[in-house]
Amino acid sequence: MSAISASEKVDGFTRKSMRKAQKQRKSQGSSQYRTQSAPVELSPLPQLKDAPSTEQQELFTQKLQQCCMLFDFLDSVTDLKSKEIKRATLNELVDYVSTNRGVLVETAYPEITDMICTNIFRTLPPSENPDFDPEEDEPTLEASWPHIQLVYEFLLRFLENPDFQPSIAKRYIDQKFVLQLLELFDSEDPRERDFLKTILHRIYGKFLGLRAFIRKQINNIFLRFIYETEHFNGVAELLEILGSIINGFALPLKAEHKQFLMKVLIPLHTAKALSLFHAQLAYCVVQFLEKDPTLTEPVIRGLLKFWPKTCSQKEVMFLGEIEEILDVIEPTQFKKIQEPLFKQISKCVANPHFQVAERALYFWNNEYILSLIEENIDKILPIMFGSLYRISKEHWNPTIVALVYNVLKTLMEMNCTLFDELTSSYKADRQREKKKEQERDELWKQLEELRLSNPTLVQNNCHGLTGIKRMVRHFGKWAYCLSRSQVDEKIDATLVSLWEIRSYR
Amino acid sequence: MFGAVNALGEALVCQALHRGVKTQQRRREGPAAALLWQKPRSAAQQRHSVTAILSKMAGADGDDSLYPIAVLIDELRNEDVQLRLNSIKKLSTIALALGVERTRTELLPFLTDTIYDEDEVLLALAEQLGNFTMLVGGPEYVHCLLPPLESLATVEETVVRDKAVESLRKISQEHSPVDLEVHFEPLVKRLASGDWFTSRTSACGLFSVCYPRVSSTVKAEIRQHFRTLCSDDTPMVRRAAASKLGEFAKVLELDYVKSDIISLFTALASDEQDSVRLLAVEACVSIATLLPQEDLETLVMPTLRQAAEDKSWRVRYMVADKFSELQKAVGPEITKNDLVPAFQNLLKDCEAEVRAAAANKVKEFCENLPEDSREQIIMTHILPCVKELVSDTNQHVKSALASVIMGLSTILGKDNTIEHLLPLFLAQLKDECPEVRLNIISNLDCVNEVIGIRQLSQSLLPAIVELAEDAKWRVRLAIIEYMPLLAGQLGVEFFDEKLNTLCMAWLIDHVYAIREAATCNLMKLVEKFGAEWAQNTIVPKVLGMANDPNYLHRMTTLFCINALSEACGQDITTKQMLPVVLKMSNDQVANVRFNVAKSLQKIGPVLDSNALQTEVKPVLEKLATDTDMDVKYFAQEAISVLALA
Repeated sequence: MSAISASEKVDGFTRKSMRKAQKQRKSQGSSQYRTQSAPVELSPLPQLKDAPSTEQQELFTQKLQQCCMLFDFLDSVTDLKSKEIKRATLNELVDYVSTNRGVLVETAYPEITDMICTNIFRTLPPSENPDFDPEEDEPTLEASWPHIQLVYEFLLRFLENPDFQPSIAKRYIDQKFVLQLLELFDSEDPRERDFLKTILHRIYGKFLGLRAFIRKQINNIFLRFIYETEHFNGVAELLEILGSIINGFALPLKAEHKQFLMKVLIPLHTAKALSLFHAQLAYCVVQFLEKDPTLTEPVIRGLLKFWPKTCSQKEVMFLGEIEEILDVIEPTQFKKIQEPLFKQISKCVANPHFQVAERALYFWNNEYILSLIEENIDKILPIMFGSLYRISKEHWNPTIVALVYNVLKTLMEMNCTLFDELTSSYKADRQREKKKEQERDELWKQLEELRLSNPTLVQNNCHGLTGIKRMVRHFGKWAYCLSRSQVDEKIDATLVSLWEIRSYR
Repeated sequence: MFGAVNALGEALVCQALHRGVKTQQRRREGPAAALLWQKPRSAAQQRHSVTAILSKMAGADGDDSLYPIAVLIDELRNEDVQLRLNSIKKLSTIALALGVERTRTELLPFLTDTIYDEDEVLLALAEQLGNFTMLVGGPEYVHCLLPPLESLATVEETVVRDKAVESLRKISQEHSPVDLEVHFEPLVKRLASGDWFTSRTSACGLFSVCYPRVSSTVKAEIRQHFRTLCSDDTPMVRRAAASKLGEFAKVLELDYVKSDIISLFTALASDEQDSVRLLAVEACVSIATLLPQEDLETLVMPTLRQAAEDKSWRVRYMVADKFSELQKAVGPEITKNDLVPAFQNLLKDCEAEVRAAAANKVKEFCENLPEDSREQIIMTHILPCVKELVSDTNQHVKSALASVIMGLSTILGKDNTIEHLLPLFLAQLKDECPEVRLNIISNLDCVNEVIGIRQLSQSLLPAIVELAEDAKWRVRLAIIEYMPLLAGQLGVEFFDEKLNTLCMAWLIDHVYAIREAATCNLMKLVEKFGAEWAQNTIVPKVLGMANDPNYLHRMTTLFCINALSEACGQDITTKQMLPVVLKMSNDQVANVRFNVAKSLQKIGPVLDSNALQTEVKPVLEKLATDTDMDVKYFAQEAISVLALA
């Protein structure tokens, strides 16, 4: 057993820094299940550029077939020679399709896609670290990257080749191909996801027939991520592609696209790992709103529905997104949403976490938002005033208090009379609220007693006679605010109740 | 009108309270009386004069039942989610107060309209509605609950939807067969053909509860709907269908299992998404159980073989995880011919996850093998794979194996265990991963029965010593917990010789949890080996620690005394322990002093009254005047508990 260092002995826990240090960049083989029994040794083929043009095509095919051989990269000692031959061949192939014209003849398509499929489509291995935290932990890298990288490179050059014909390729690059490509976005290796992003983007651009399918499958991946697994490494990359797709949507927006916004993009905000893709997500949302401003109200209501309750870090992100939305909001839309929105903002301003409060207060540094507030000051000031006033006296953080003073000053300058009114009625309002609160508490306490089938309730009914007196007192108040016929009904009801109390005593 | 409610809060409380009185009354009177209460009142009646109402009091319902719903609605609309949640959680109270008819006509429609709330509120609502049958008037009216639950079954949030489906399944049992066809089944159909995937997903869970109780035409429709959902183009729905396939198969007639279910099963098991395929493996168990043995080979086995070799490790993992169930479902013959090689492959899988899942099943699999060929199969097919796993590169695989491998010894008998298994146990006892060693040690009892633990003791000791000093306190804790068991199996001599020092060393561990466990361990040892043994081996060492310069160690002495006094008996406690405790009452650390008070309280019942009066009482009285308030408190507590005042 290894010697235990003194610091470890103290509490039995290893220091986090030490654990981190022990971890090395791990790499991982793809889960290729018993694909080939034993790799045959590859023998080098002549260079394509040296072959006579009549034989080039044949040689190209041979090389593609040669590259279908897979190697185990976790085992770093075997097949070294063959691995090197494959690497060199792949390099040559990349070069061949990117520099030469006229190499993509129709017969080459199936060979090319076959080579690509064999190499890149694989079941991703189980994560080494089940509670992988993408922000803290090093990702596990793909062991066979030296080959896979070149295959991706080749695929990209193939798609970008001027001779590339989608009408032929669509027989091979079909729905199944795309589906497998999308599954690879879950790769932990960021280099792989980056390639996939560019490739999927090219495919989306070139294959019109696949567009709806791609969008739908991305939908499914997101929905699985939100509601089932909460795990998918490629959300940010997929959102980045969607950002540019949304940008190209025609107006008016199709119902399908609106549904995607409301039922997929907005719920994506609930994800625990929001920080990993929030920038891309917010970009997509804002793109939608720039296309169709009438979506502003449902979007903001959606965000308010999913507003984080316990995660301050996420709350800051939400506030950031709200500001991005407010930057592009139309004044008419603002009016529709201002009340629920500012109720939330007033809660954020009063948040004990200073970063949340600070982020919310920064809204008042934004000229456009300021102008919107000024326009609607009579609505917004009453919502904001209570929180701001209280925070200016109570918040523990001096920076926040200073910011709040500035905000209060700005608001005061916008409507001085209203401000004064609110100031003078503040105390009374608070008291009224407090009273309401007490009344509710008491009400629920009583309702709770309903449930307890406690026979003593009847005998020791503390609300007995005093209760009747109180009710009679209240009755006067009721009658005052009710119409004539209502009063009649109430009288009946009350007397019924009075009678009951008496009969039970 | 609702606005007025708030201002009248206090009055409402009174109103609500009368309601409560009535409610209780109703409960006591039973259902017949409850019905009497619910007589609907016409508008004319409501406008009756006061006297008329008063004269009718005995049976009539007061109009004040209006307020609870007003209160509820007001609370349901509150801005604060917590308050909305509260009112939903009290829904049954409100419904009780309203009576069944108003619950049906006013409360439920209102709830159906409020489905756009926060998921947390909806979850509470979905749960409540599952228990609402009596509150809407019993099974006769249970279908009133369907509209709100139907909406809840279509929301996005899985938790809410699942709860709604659970409630729907519950109340489906309360429907009469006619109501099931008139109200429930149409709902299932609507859900099954919903636009958005959520409603179709929910529908999958409802087929099996209504199928057995509907007419054959409706049954045909249900089967058709299920078929459609199994080939839905959203994978979420196919997953839901696949996960309910086994359950649905169970309620189907055997002919339909063969004609319908098998084709669906085959299709789902070769779905393009591995998340769907792996759910089909689960269904495989139920389906195989339903079919007669002669059909299994043609209907189930091709798919199962394919699943065991699936290219996705998730599917293979599922097969490994369900292996015992599958084995039981397909019977001994197929097990011998098909499952044994499949299991070997899983034990040699290229993914550690799969190997670990399979390793976990080694014992169960071997146990369930047909007796006539069990030993031969294990020795020639399974054991070679197991041997390889002992030196697996992945520690999870090794520790999964270590947790079950000992169980093989009972199956294989003494000779095989000594010859084949013992070397493996010994290798695992030396494994670099503590969890592996721990798993072996914690299952020693199985080996003990077969070959006796002596065979292992030579290797056991170093392993135990190493675990006892492991840097992770949880590992140390785990080994302490096995000490009494080990001591029992190894016998007192071996223990005294080899393990006693370890047990004493734990008493001065730097982690409290270890010291506490060590104390408890001593008590169990004394229970096992007797008071005399304690007096000779443990008590002197424990009491010696009373003079330790570290106050934590001095306190450990007290904790040990607390634990040991009862097991050691009056004599040892009075003669040896008590003097030490009393002496410690002069300790300069307050924590030690108040623990003296606690200890005296604890050991008091073991002492005789003479010792209590002459020795304990004066000390406690002195401690009761201590300068430290905690010492005072515990001394006083001890005095009152021991009735020394």
